Amino acid sequence: MLEIKKLHVEVDGKEILRGLDLSVEPGEVHAIMGPNASGKSTLANVLAGRDGYQVTEGEVLYDGRNLLEMSPEKRACEGIFMAFQYPVEIPGVGGMNFLKSAVNAMRKHRGEPELDAMDFLKFVRHKVDLLGMDEKLLQRPVNVGFSGGEKKRHEIIQMAVLEPRLAILDETDSGLDIDALRIVANGINKMRGPERAMILITHYQRLLEYVVPDRVHVLSDGRIVKSGSKELAHELEEHGYAGFGVTEPCPGATEADAAVSERPAP
Amino acid sequence: MTVAAANPKTAGPYVGQFAEVKAALPGHDVAWLRELREEAIGRFSALGFATPRVEEWKFTNLAPLTGTVFTPPSDAAATEAVTRESLVPFLLEGEACHRLVFVNGRFRPDLSDPGSLPAGVELTSLAVALAEEPELVKPHLGRLAKLDGQALVSLNAAFMADGAVLRLPRGAALTRPLHLLFVATPAPAPAVMHLRNLIVAEAGSSATIIESYAGPENGTYWTNAVTEISAAADASIRHFKLQNESREAFHLAVNQVHLAERSGYDSFVLSVGGRLSRNEIHAALDGTGVECRLNGAILARGRQHMDNSTWIEHRKPGSLSHEVYKNVLDDNAHGVFQGKIIVRPDAQKTDAHQLNKNILLAETARADTKPELEIHADDVRCSHGAAVGELDREAMFYLRSRGLDEPRAEQLLIEAFVGELLDEISVSAVRSHLKKTVSSWLAGGESWEGA
Repeated sequence: MLEIKKLHVEVDGKEILRGLDLSVEPGEVHAIMGPNASGKSTLANVLAGRDGYQVTEGEVLYDGRNLLEMSPEKRACEGIFMAFQYPVEIPGVGGMNFLKSAVNAMRKHRGEPELDAMDFLKFVRHKVDLLGMDEKLLQRPVNVGFSGGEKKRHEIIQMAVLEPRLAILDETDSGLDIDALRIVANGINKMRGPERAMILITHYQRLLEYVVPDRVHVLSDGRIVKSGSKELAHELEEHGYAGFGVTEPCPGATEADAAVSERPAP
Repeated sequence: MTVAAANPKTAGPYVGQFAEVKAALPGHDVAWLRELREEAIGRFSALGFATPRVEEWKFTNLAPLTGTVFTPPSDAAATEAVTRESLVPFLLEGEACHRLVFVNGRFRPDLSDPGSLPAGVELTSLAVALAEEPELVKPHLGRLAKLDGQALVSLNAAFMADGAVLRLPRGAALTRPLHLLFVATPAPAPAVMHLRNLIVAEAGSSATIIESYAGPENGTYWTNAVTEISAAADASIRHFKLQNESREAFHLAVNQVHLAERSGYDSFVLSVGGRLSRNEIHAALDGTGVECRLNGAILARGRQHMDNSTWIEHRKPGSLSHEVYKNVLDDNAHGVFQGKIIVRPDAQKTDAHQLNKNILLAETARADTKPELEIHADDVRCSHGAAVGELDREAMFYLRSRGLDEPRAEQLLIEAFVGELLDEISVSAVRSHLKKTVSSWLAGGESWEGA
């Protein structure tokens, strides 16, 4: 489904990803772990199509097609979803209206008739119920004044409603207390299925206590330095990244990756 | 305003015109009005149109207007062509209004529906009032829009031929909105409509007034409107305006508002039409406990020039003024905001806030913003802010990552930017009418290409 081959990516002239390889098949859940500034968020953003990331080498194939040529909206319509690390606040845009526009843009792309307000509401309620969440978040302007936990929950609701084939969750666990983490993890588990692949990008092992991955990869200095089964996450927990020969990232990578991944909402 | 910075030469054609038409103007047989008009044309003749060297006109150059000589509308056939059916798109859906319709600057009783009014409320046209009961309007006409002010007010006073007159007696509440609809029709020669509206709200009265201007898609004409609004103690006026003139039209409006103690004035101006337009609001908060809210939005593209200029004067203690103006500017459009707040020495405990936000959709679009605070009291809360920027790139990416293409994402963000202000409009029929106008503006970009 997703083939990443020898991917090199620069941000502001600094190389962040340095030959990353990854292969993901339908039904699989992959965890990508790594210390700060190892390139985790850069990977997520490149896959989602954010501006400012220059691919200098390598390729990304999605269903055999060149993903990097597609606009962000094309990727979304083709079934790729990124849960943002820092979801942006959009004052004045109601959550329901936003999500309905998104659903209908994708339906239009697939040649399906658009949902009217009533059908859409029914559909959303069904999805929200499945997650064990409530729809109150959708009645507010998109992310405006949301707590950290609410923002992450909102991302999960969007994922459930948009039914992606490949979901990339960029540090969805960061900044959550244990209750919020459980709710979010439960939502992710509900979304697992034989047709759907997921990439969980995380710094900590604790999310993986709730969402058990099929594969775990350690990302360091722009490359995957070790891959293994779910036990790899436990080893990381015990020995830390240093136990895997993961060295301090080069200063250039630290700065640039931090600059793009820690960008606050404007 | 200094005479030196204006250009008296530009007054010439209108001084000549005045001599020709004055005997036919409404109320020409009324001595005090004749004197007022003569004084007004004299002042205009000395001033001429303001040039950009006049501080208040620094950002809005009237050269495109003064290059054309506009004459009073003469094409009766076009005026007759307007029917009730043709007015439907301009009406508020689902809201029964008291309605006065003016076509090419003249009141059209056959198209109007004043409806039944509460006891003592007077609603008529200026031409009718001047012909039938000039003494009724005498105390109010020109009381707020003084001739010592601007050239445009003087020109308006010399020629004013029609407009709406509303007088609300003490305690009267107009439960239905009053819709003043001004329609221009295509004309063989550039016409000018000098409109004068008078709103007099006595103590404790209230009304909602909607003023809308519409014209053909193309066609050069000029609306020169002056509106005088006085709200006595505890009166409350809500005033909504939609400027949707022809793309080649000029629209210059001066609103003089006087607010007595505990009165309220709530204004929203949406501008989408015209080649060059300016809406001025001069509000005097002349009592304690006044609440004055001025909001507005400009949506401009092509080579449109739109200007909102406001002057708020806090004369007495303990009043509030709050204003937010938002501009969306595309192509080569130019948006202007000037906002002056004056707090007189007596006006302690003033609460005054002002904000102007601009979104440029093209590199060639331009925004000028000039907030100005003049504070002579020490115990006040005043703030102002201005911002010029583009659409939030992070928000654009967020929307696109959910499948919305760029035009749709842009549309959603612009609707939200303006919609936040529209949501504050308490009359739902007005709110939805203006939202519809915004949506059709957003959908109408293609027809402007190359403009």
